[in-house]
Amino acid sequence: MAEAQNIPVGSTTAGSIAVAAESTVATRMSAPPSFDVADFPVPHGREEEWRFTPLERLRGLHDGTAVATGDGVKVDVQAPQGVTVEAVGRDDARLGRAGTPVDRVAAQAYSAFEQASVVTVPKDTVLTEPIRVTVHGQGGTAFGHQVIELGAFAEAVVVIDHTGDAVLAANVDYLLGDGAKLTVVSVQDWDDKAVHVAQHNALVGRDASFKSVVVTFGGDVVRLHPRVAYAGTGGEAELYGLYFTDSGQHQEHRLLVDHNTPHCKSNVAYKGALQGESAHAVWIGDVLIEAAAEGTDTYEMNRNLVLTDGARVDSVPNLEIETGEIVGAGHASATGRFDDEQLFYLMARGIPEYEARRLVVRGFFAELVQQIGVADIEERLLAKIEEELEASVA
Amino acid sequence: MATLEIRDLHVTVEADNATKEILKGVDLTVKQGETHAIMGPNGSGKSTLAYSLAGHPKYTITGGTVTLDGEDVLEMSVDERARAGLFLAMQYPVEVPGVSVSNFLRTSATAIRGEAPKLRTWVKEVKEAMERLHMDPSFAERNVNEGFSGGEKKRHEILQLELLKPKIAILDETDSGLDVDALRIVSEGVNRVRETGEVGTLLITHYTRILRYIKPDHVHVFADGRIAESGGAELADKLENEGYEAYVKGGASA
Repeated sequence: MAEAQNIPVGSTTAGSIAVAAESTVATRMSAPPSFDVADFPVPHGREEEWRFTPLERLRGLHDGTAVATGDGVKVDVQAPQGVTVEAVGRDDARLGRAGTPVDRVAAQAYSAFEQASVVTVPKDTVLTEPIRVTVHGQGGTAFGHQVIELGAFAEAVVVIDHTGDAVLAANVDYLLGDGAKLTVVSVQDWDDKAVHVAQHNALVGRDASFKSVVVTFGGDVVRLHPRVAYAGTGGEAELYGLYFTDSGQHQEHRLLVDHNTPHCKSNVAYKGALQGESAHAVWIGDVLIEAAAEGTDTYEMNRNLVLTDGARVDSVPNLEIETGEIVGAGHASATGRFDDEQLFYLMARGIPEYEARRLVVRGFFAELVQQIGVADIEERLLAKIEEELEASVA
Repeated sequence: MATLEIRDLHVTVEADNATKEILKGVDLTVKQGETHAIMGPNGSGKSTLAYSLAGHPKYTITGGTVTLDGEDVLEMSVDERARAGLFLAMQYPVEVPGVSVSNFLRTSATAIRGEAPKLRTWVKEVKEAMERLHMDPSFAERNVNEGFSGGEKKRHEILQLELLKPKIAILDETDSGLDVDALRIVSEGVNRVRETGEVGTLLITHYTRILRYIKPDHVHVFADGRIAESGGAELADKLENEGYEAYVKGGASA
């Protein structure tokens, strides 16, 4: 992709690599992490962590006016044999162990949920079928907390599927025991009006592998905050994301990989396509390599493909390095556009307009789609891309 | 026999909030098997002719007709023109992110031929065509024109010409920006297509250099939006010696 000359008007691709004692990642947040919503002032929109988000469209999730309505979301967990599914109260010790809310909405969700769902895969259990969690919006407002815990050397694939219409704030914790392997696919296939704000916390055990695939299509506002930290050496995290942002939608993915432990790896790759007036995608990729994290190997990448005029991308990779004793660290961000000249070129080779767009978008997403590893989700994703493109041609 | 007929073609373009007429009545007939060279100074409208024939939206046709075997080309969309048998090798081929050359070529061949080429024969066909153009096989896995050198872009254009086998090929300054070796390789590709006798070629160029490799049947001098003089290959020799001066004096568009 043309890195510099091809950035559409109304997009930013900024980034920094800081090698300094002062933490830019930490100072980006206007308050320290806390489980208590009262510890966070109501954001006004100029804070670093809120400046891209349309607060007026959060339906009160950020200022305390959103109240659970009882008809928020219907959650259903289908788990293969050997997996435990429990509904627990907030005093359960497993809650909040993977991470602490870092902003007011996450703290609001933690302060307001009634019951948490805990899914446990016992140690040494290797699942051959995915655990499927469906979260279906019923039109109301809900606060949720989900924990997925894998014991040592357990292996599982979890698909969390969000559909329907709701205003939802949630925290999702992933706890990986030593040597465990977890793949989580979180699909945001909401109806047009839905608002979804969530923090995902992964705590990766010694020699454990965590793979997160975030797929965002729907919703009015979707703001996700996937975060990874390591509980022991040798951990690996792969964070993949795909989004297709349509006219009027705001889709924001803010990632943090906290290399707090030596000899861990992370790889972040997010790709998004945008089309239509006021489509807005935000990608923040923070990677922190703490002084203790010698032997770290990390790379993060964000690519955006702007299909029409009027869409906006803000892409901000940040890499903060507190030790030089690492294997590798890098980041890349680029925003390119599919423009009239590309369309002309493809059509001048006999390819019809719709087919030309399809070719470009499918090609763009192909390498990430292959990473999902759950066949029905891959197919649904490709079908969804076709659907979005057809809508844009019509 | 395929025939492209251009009659009294007038074309305007919008620039700086003004409408400017670039083509001011072009008449030209190109038949299958013939090679026409169109030569002219910068700004004479040569490339406008090429892009107008291909249907680029930037150009507005204000008068005249273009037909291919009697069919009205100007009524067709860009992709319909290509499927009807028109091919434009572009001076500045466009980068297409996310689309590999191999995927692009196959999609294009499928559209032009009306059915997907059989995979086994197709792979061989592409491989052999690439070898003839001295293109590395890894080329097929790169994204269309992304990071290509000037010479690679032009070779990629001629590769498409060889694979798509159009009735009429318009080569817009295919020679510009090429070193001698690349020019020779690209010219050989064009000549292979010409030698089939199946294609009418419209070779648009600023320089006579490429005509050492590709021998035209007809040479036309383009100046101020129309054909100012037509002749045989000897006209190119005259231009080589005398330049375009005789055609641009008093012309404001040079």
